[in-house]
Amino acid sequence: MSDMAKTKPMRRKTTKREKKEWVAAYIFIAPLVIGIFVFYIYPFIQNFWFSFNDVNRFNISTFTGLENYKALIKDKELYRTLGNTIKYVIITVPVGICLSILIATLLNAKIRGTSIYRTIYFLPSVTMSVAIALVWKWMYNGEFGILNNILGAFGIEGQNWLSNPKTALYMVMIVGIWMSVGYNMIILLAGMQGISKSYYEAAAIDGAGPVKRFFKITIPMLTPTIFFVMITSIIGGFQVFDTIYMMIGKTSLAYESTQTLVMMFYRYAFDYGQKGYAAAISIVIFAIIMLITIFQFVMQKKWVNYD
Amino acid sequence: MRNRQSIQHLFIHLALIIGTGVTILPFLWMVFTSFKTVGEAMAIPPTILPKAFNFDSYKNILDSLPFERVYLNTIISTVATVIGQITFCTMAGYAFARLDFPGKNMIFIIILSVLMVPGQIFLVPQYMIILKMGLLDTIPALFLPNLFSAFGTFMMRQFFTSIPKELEEAAMLDGCNRFQTFGRIMVPLVKSGVVALVIFTAKFAWNDFMWPLIVNTSPKMMTLGPSLSTLQGQYTTNYPAQMAGAVMAVVPMVLLFFIFQKQFVEGVAHTGVKG
Repeated sequence: MSDMAKTKPMRRKTTKREKKEWVAAYIFIAPLVIGIFVFYIYPFIQNFWFSFNDVNRFNISTFTGLENYKALIKDKELYRTLGNTIKYVIITVPVGICLSILIATLLNAKIRGTSIYRTIYFLPSVTMSVAIALVWKWMYNGEFGILNNILGAFGIEGQNWLSNPKTALYMVMIVGIWMSVGYNMIILLAGMQGISKSYYEAAAIDGAGPVKRFFKITIPMLTPTIFFVMITSIIGGFQVFDTIYMMIGKTSLAYESTQTLVMMFYRYAFDYGQKGYAAAISIVIFAIIMLITIFQFVMQKKWVNYD
Repeated sequence: MRNRQSIQHLFIHLALIIGTGVTILPFLWMVFTSFKTVGEAMAIPPTILPKAFNFDSYKNILDSLPFERVYLNTIISTVATVIGQITFCTMAGYAFARLDFPGKNMIFIIILSVLMVPGQIFLVPQYMIILKMGLLDTIPALFLPNLFSAFGTFMMRQFFTSIPKELEEAAMLDGCNRFQTFGRIMVPLVKSGVVALVIFTAKFAWNDFMWPLIVNTSPKMMTLGPSLSTLQGQYTTNYPAQMAGAVMAVVPMVLLFFIFQKQFVEGVAHTGVKG
């Protein structure tokens, strides 16, 4: 990038060799650029256009201006769904990150067998979410599930966790946290290992104990990594779909209390065939994620520590 | 002092083992259930281990679903996605890292902006494109949009940028043209980047759910994810069958992970370092 800026003021004629390089460069980028334009840039623009149209089952669109957005603002389903999604993010992200930091800290201690632990903790994040959802659904089963049996052994009475509107979303959150902890832990552990040993040595000389060192050195030095993990987790959390789609059926009593934004989008686009309305929903999801991300980048100055 | 430390380590191990248990229990339960008979799976009180390793559920699924076909679809789609992404992202990543051409910065920024947009934004129009191409319910529908990746391009560009320029210049002086330099000198130098991208892409393509669910709806054309979701309807209470399906869907990625553990973990660890 900086090379280009340097050559500009000289205003010399482009040589034959440079032109040859341009041709080579365009050949190198052509397949990717064409693909990205056809399958991403053009769809992005078209989706925006769809959100101002009524697109019916037969994919015929008629321009309706702001109608989709007007309807969306009044749609109670949107607010309920947004509420579910925010609840999901607000609980899974902090709990997930705290657990990841805890495990990373333990693994950062000089103990044996760290690579075995690391491998096992990472396993859920290479596994197909659909398969994971099937297993958890089976474990949560009200009649024969292992969870109720374990709880029963402690004298706690089980129930149909996933069809109870009060508990279903929390049960799905547990799966979400279970899936993401190992992945985030790996990133945080790498961040911890990047902290210079000299800080800890200095602190040890000053007589700081492990707890004090954790809060005064590890956490502050880790804030850029925590920030990165937080951003990606929040974005991911707002797009949760697979597990809930699999675990909560469309006819479930708990459906209303677990439907997330992406599920609502999916339903309108591909079950109800209202693609214009769905496009407007996807724009809303995009806007929310954008706003939150911008907000976080503004707020990071207050707590993220770049040295 | 020494003693205190070993007690401390004991507690650390204890905490980590509890976490390991929570992580691994669902996997064990999946495998154990898959070998049980339906009656055994629903026994009260439940048994932990199956009485015998009973492969009925696996046979059951292979007979009633076009499972071999679904497996093959998933493999083809994964391999195609990996080859496409590696080829296109490596080529473009190299150009963005090392060559100068008019419009470079602008094109690169446009590609990066794709990264910031949540995937659902593209889904409806992508579906329409596949529909217009007459490709719904075909193998190419499964991978076509996924051949092109902004993330992969960015990642490969970073890898190429980190290689010293001298090596490339030496090759050019020896009379290699751009394409020869790229293929013979540069690509081998970013091998670790290519491996990381292969792993990321393979994992993504194998486990992808929403896109194949949308484009391919006939059972024979599905990939594993959507096919597993139909299993639920077909075997509502046959939990061993569901678990057998889940085991078969999960095993290839888990094996790949155990073989390439180091690359998996390092690839992920890198993503956050300069985040």
